[in-house]
Amino acid sequence: MSKKQARSQGGPVLRKSFRSRLRRDKQMLLMMVPGVLFLLLFFYIPILGNVIAFQDYQPYLGIGDSLWVGWQNFADLFINPDFVHAFWNTLYLAAWQLVFLFPVPLILALIVDSLMSPRIRKVFQSIAYLPHFLSWVLVIAFFQQMLGGAGFINNSLRQLGMDTIPFMTNPDTFPVLVVVQMIWKDAGWAMIIFLAALATIDVSLYEAAAADGAGRWRRVWHVTLPGLRPVIILLLILRIGDILSVGFEQFILQRDAVGAGAAEVLDTFTYYTGIVGGGWSSGAAAGLAKGVVSLLLIWGANKLAHKFGEDGIFAKKVG
Amino acid sequence: MTTKVLTKKASGLSYDSKRPVWKEKPSLLYQSIKAVVLVLFSVSILAPMLLVVSTSLADNEQLVAAGGFVMWPERPTLEAYEIIFRGPLVLQSLGVSLFITVVGTLLALFVTITMAYATSRSVLFGRPVILAILFTLLFAPGLIPSFLMIRELGLLDSLWSLILPGAFGAFNFVVMRSFFMNIPGELIESARIDGASDWQILWKIVLPLSKAVVAVVGLFYAVGFWNSFFNALLYINDHSKWPIQLLLRNFVVQGSGAADQLGITTSPPPQSIQMAVVVVALVPILMVYPFLQKHFAKGVITGAVKG
Repeated sequence: MSKKQARSQGGPVLRKSFRSRLRRDKQMLLMMVPGVLFLLLFFYIPILGNVIAFQDYQPYLGIGDSLWVGWQNFADLFINPDFVHAFWNTLYLAAWQLVFLFPVPLILALIVDSLMSPRIRKVFQSIAYLPHFLSWVLVIAFFQQMLGGAGFINNSLRQLGMDTIPFMTNPDTFPVLVVVQMIWKDAGWAMIIFLAALATIDVSLYEAAAADGAGRWRRVWHVTLPGLRPVIILLLILRIGDILSVGFEQFILQRDAVGAGAAEVLDTFTYYTGIVGGGWSSGAAAGLAKGVVSLLLIWGANKLAHKFGEDGIFAKKVG
Repeated sequence: MTTKVLTKKASGLSYDSKRPVWKEKPSLLYQSIKAVVLVLFSVSILAPMLLVVSTSLADNEQLVAAGGFVMWPERPTLEAYEIIFRGPLVLQSLGVSLFITVVGTLLALFVTITMAYATSRSVLFGRPVILAILFTLLFAPGLIPSFLMIRELGLLDSLWSLILPGAFGAFNFVVMRSFFMNIPGELIESARIDGASDWQILWKIVLPLSKAVVAVVGLFYAVGFWNSFFNALLYINDHSKWPIQLLLRNFVVQGSGAADQLGITTSPPPQSIQMAVVVVALVPILMVYPFLQKHFAKGVITGAVKG
């Protein structure tokens, strides 16, 4: 699907007049209508709706008649201890994810790739991919049944006359719980990308390295990891762009159990302030701030990737 | 280790099970560490599922004796299922989930296919539209404005609020479009010369060649609709319009008066009833999973991920 090929498919790209191109592409343009309508209704018009972040929005007045307050909502947020807490907590949890979650799929992929038996490889992959397709509600339900206060493990401990362990409700260990849940749900699936990348590494490189006397670990270090570098960087950029999102459904489902102290992140703050609490404007301001910062982060990370000679996510290959 | 030469393909990547001469035989320690990691990971995934399914099938006596959970039902019974299907709530929520999944997937496929095909050829406004779509991957309009939009459209408490916002996904669009772009241009040109319209070309030539990718994208959408819970939490108040995921959240995760609302006054311990609701939400995913897997093998997804 090179660019050249794509172009040749559309017929000669001579400079035609706008009108004749319009006539030629009439049906194609018609096909774009549903998608464009979707983008407008559920993406671009809502983006404009963010103006309420600069208003004192009142539902009965609407966007047209609500009072303008400029940057006041943002100023209020930064002195709101709940928001500041949600912000730091988001970064704290994101750091946990980056350090402990990111390497797991890579390690799993290296193990699976080193397996000699295709059957074992296949069975493991079948099991490992499965949780990715379960909803967060189901995942939390499973964890509750296993680790919850009335769950399997605590039930067994109780029967043995031992103390129970509050896996699901202890705010201090909440980051561990969150990362474990994420590993359980998505590490197997994330492995797929590394496996695909591992398969593209030229075997003769390993062979040459081995011939030069490189052992197992030196081959991993000097052949495998450099081969995976573009993928690792790509995934890191995506992670960085996602860093302020940490995992919304997961948190909203467990916030009641573990308390807002441990589980409040920017997204849940937006939800509880804006929709539950009716603070439309401050909720929108928090959401907008998060969106813009995420965009800047992803843009910056991509710039950085280009500096290191990698493609990153947008290597001008659009179209 | 086996030395048999197998060229069977596992998940789209071809592997040779013969150990190359330069690769040293792993030591027993490495082997066992690897085995332990893989077995532990697999067990951690399978054990909760077994526990939940078994407990939902276990009879009262065994549950009481075991103190709430069983790993294997000695005398399997469907009592818990009879109870949850007796009241209207579970059936209704299954109906809602089925409706949004089927209608949503069909609609999403229509929107995605038409958009992907139109932008897979050089076409007027193609580039700006593609850029507008890719931008959705980098930025989100935000929770509050999206909520206000649904309210403005009068979709609160309507099932369409669960369908329309999910009717197009940029990632699925990229997968679909890159597949369409790999279809030889000559096929399409010759059809056009024979006087076929773009709709006919899409329907008669492109789609029959794209069954695999349509299946994968369709399954992705379907799983997404089936699993979505947050939209329902936002937009649906009416109990009779809850999808199964919201029911699951309210009754199992939050455990708020499940028995009362389901109209249960009989004896079976609530555990098996809760488990039955979990299983009901789980089974459809387990049913489509083999199909999802079959298509990993074709490399459709990995190919698209690599771009």
